[in-house]
Amino acid sequence: MARGTFTVTRLPGFNGIAIAVFVALYAPIAMLVVNSFNAGDSIAIWEGTSLRWYERAWANAQVKDATLRSLIIATTAATVATIAATMVALATTRKKPFRGQTAVYVAINQPLMVPEIVTAVALLIFFATIKVATGYQGLGYLILAHTAFCIPFAYLPIRARLEGMDMTLETAAADLYATHWRTFRYVTLPLMAPGILAGFMLAFVTSLDDVVITLFVKSAGQDTLPTYLLGQIRRQVTGEVNAISTVLLCLTVALLTTFFLLTRKKS
Amino acid sequence: MTEAPAVEARSAVKEFGQGETAVRALDTVSVAIRKGEFFTLLGPSGCGKTTLLRLIAGFDSTTSGAILIDGEDVSELPPNRRPVNTVFQSYALFPHLTVAQNVAFGLEMLGRPKGEVAARTAEMLALVKLDQLAGRKTSQLSGGQQQRVALARALAPRPKVLLLDEPLSALDLKLRKEMQGELKRLQLETGITFVFVTHDQEEALTMSDRIGVMSGGRILQIGTPREIYAHPTNRFVADFIGETNFLSARVRGGKAVFGGGVEVPLSRPAADGDVTIAIRPEHMRLVPQGMAGALSGTVSHAIYFGTDSHVHLKLIDGTEIVVRQQTDPDGSGGPKPGAVLGVSFPPAAVQVLED
Repeated sequence: MARGTFTVTRLPGFNGIAIAVFVALYAPIAMLVVNSFNAGDSIAIWEGTSLRWYERAWANAQVKDATLRSLIIATTAATVATIAATMVALATTRKKPFRGQTAVYVAINQPLMVPEIVTAVALLIFFATIKVATGYQGLGYLILAHTAFCIPFAYLPIRARLEGMDMTLETAAADLYATHWRTFRYVTLPLMAPGILAGFMLAFVTSLDDVVITLFVKSAGQDTLPTYLLGQIRRQVTGEVNAISTVLLCLTVALLTTFFLLTRKKS
Repeated sequence: MTEAPAVEARSAVKEFGQGETAVRALDTVSVAIRKGEFFTLLGPSGCGKTTLLRLIAGFDSTTSGAILIDGEDVSELPPNRRPVNTVFQSYALFPHLTVAQNVAFGLEMLGRPKGEVAARTAEMLALVKLDQLAGRKTSQLSGGQQQRVALARALAPRPKVLLLDEPLSALDLKLRKEMQGELKRLQLETGITFVFVTHDQEEALTMSDRIGVMSGGRILQIGTPREIYAHPTNRFVADFIGETNFLSARVRGGKAVFGGGVEVPLSRPAADGDVTIAIRPEHMRLVPQGMAGALSGTVSHAIYFGTDSHVHLKLIDGTEIVVRQQTDPDGSGGPKPGAVLGVSFPPAAVQVLED
């Protein structure tokens, strides 16, 4: 590098700060992962390697129950949110800008702006009213709530994908005798598919991870994996929590890596 | 009974926006394009040529007036129900499909049997010499190859009319020349009516059977390249295509009277009155001053171009003109600045403009 060229990385303390940030980001997670293989009862003292916490978690009916519930909620919520987000993205990018388009954009991204705790309290009260009126106690409330806050996460990558798409392609399809539906089916949809998949995965991970809204909305016996873990920690911290967290971490990292690869491929 | 034109616009008007702010992109255009013709819409950007093309394709609808294809009013039909195909300026190839899938797209949408689609696709790829690249993704092709795919894709469904929207503008000069010949060959081999949009006058002159020169949303003149070049009817056409000298004169009894009293007989009839006359620089000759029927002018400067020299002169009425003069074999210098010379031209070179 030429002398006199300003390089930010040469500022004093730059390396130190960088290291500190990485330690803060990854040391706790590394500790969690390592301890999930701890043979001892303590989560602080290393007593040798074992998979006993994974085995215990696997055998735990409550864990199975919560995992299944988490997956049902995340899959349903992410699917519905992705469909909704796809429609919103089409409406906000395919047409000429219409009156109130910014309003739609802001409205759809409400969950990113309103504090989650506020939404949680509001949903608690709202759903309580419906519960009393209808007597329905099922998973529907959680699915509905998750769907709502998942929409912006699904929307962003889909919109980004659509914005980078040449609209002449759809004109060309129409010119080549494709009806509106076939243009969508054979041109628009295949081209936006990576965005849709990325949106779905982002929504799925967001739902899988949620604690605050779930805690407020769930009825008794409707623990998801995160709320189950929270409940466990309140009583006694065992290696089981570490093991479950590690599995959850692996799943999330796998999904986000796929998401990254999919969104990168378009450029 | 005469055959219906391949494409006809009847008083077609296209306005964008509404009310006070409406912009008239196409102003009462009527044109009939014959079957099997290579017809070019020529004009500067914003003249309405692409708008007219989009009206024919059905991408935009007419504000008033009608578009007919093969004698049938298609004004109300969506693009997918019009028997025309388009080659887009950006090619608009489907990036998720292979070359062959791109070419087959139109046929598949028309619901043609699989065997026919495959045969026709192969035939089209051979026609544009891309049979080797059938399985490639379009992003792996060069600009010229993409252009050929776009052509094959648009020709595959055997449209009654092929619309081409400045298809060569993205290519470099050498490739553009090559594709000009290629387009002409494809048009002759397929016998399909081509409607070609360009702002490049040379492209228009060399390729077209007829040209419609457009400006300000109107078609100013329609004619063969020779007619358009030799007999422009108005100032815009004369100026836009090739170089032209404009001279003021008065028409009286079949003669044009120029400043200084020089009279030149007209080869075509024109009404008496003050007119603008267009004469091409290559149709003018420099002669000794005082020769009968020659205008008088002072040389301001001359530019040497190798094959010819462009001699700039100022006539006695102040008009500045250019005369193209073939250079001498011995390479001797042309007229010197300040020299006073005569400018003569045959009566056939005089084109009286209508406005």
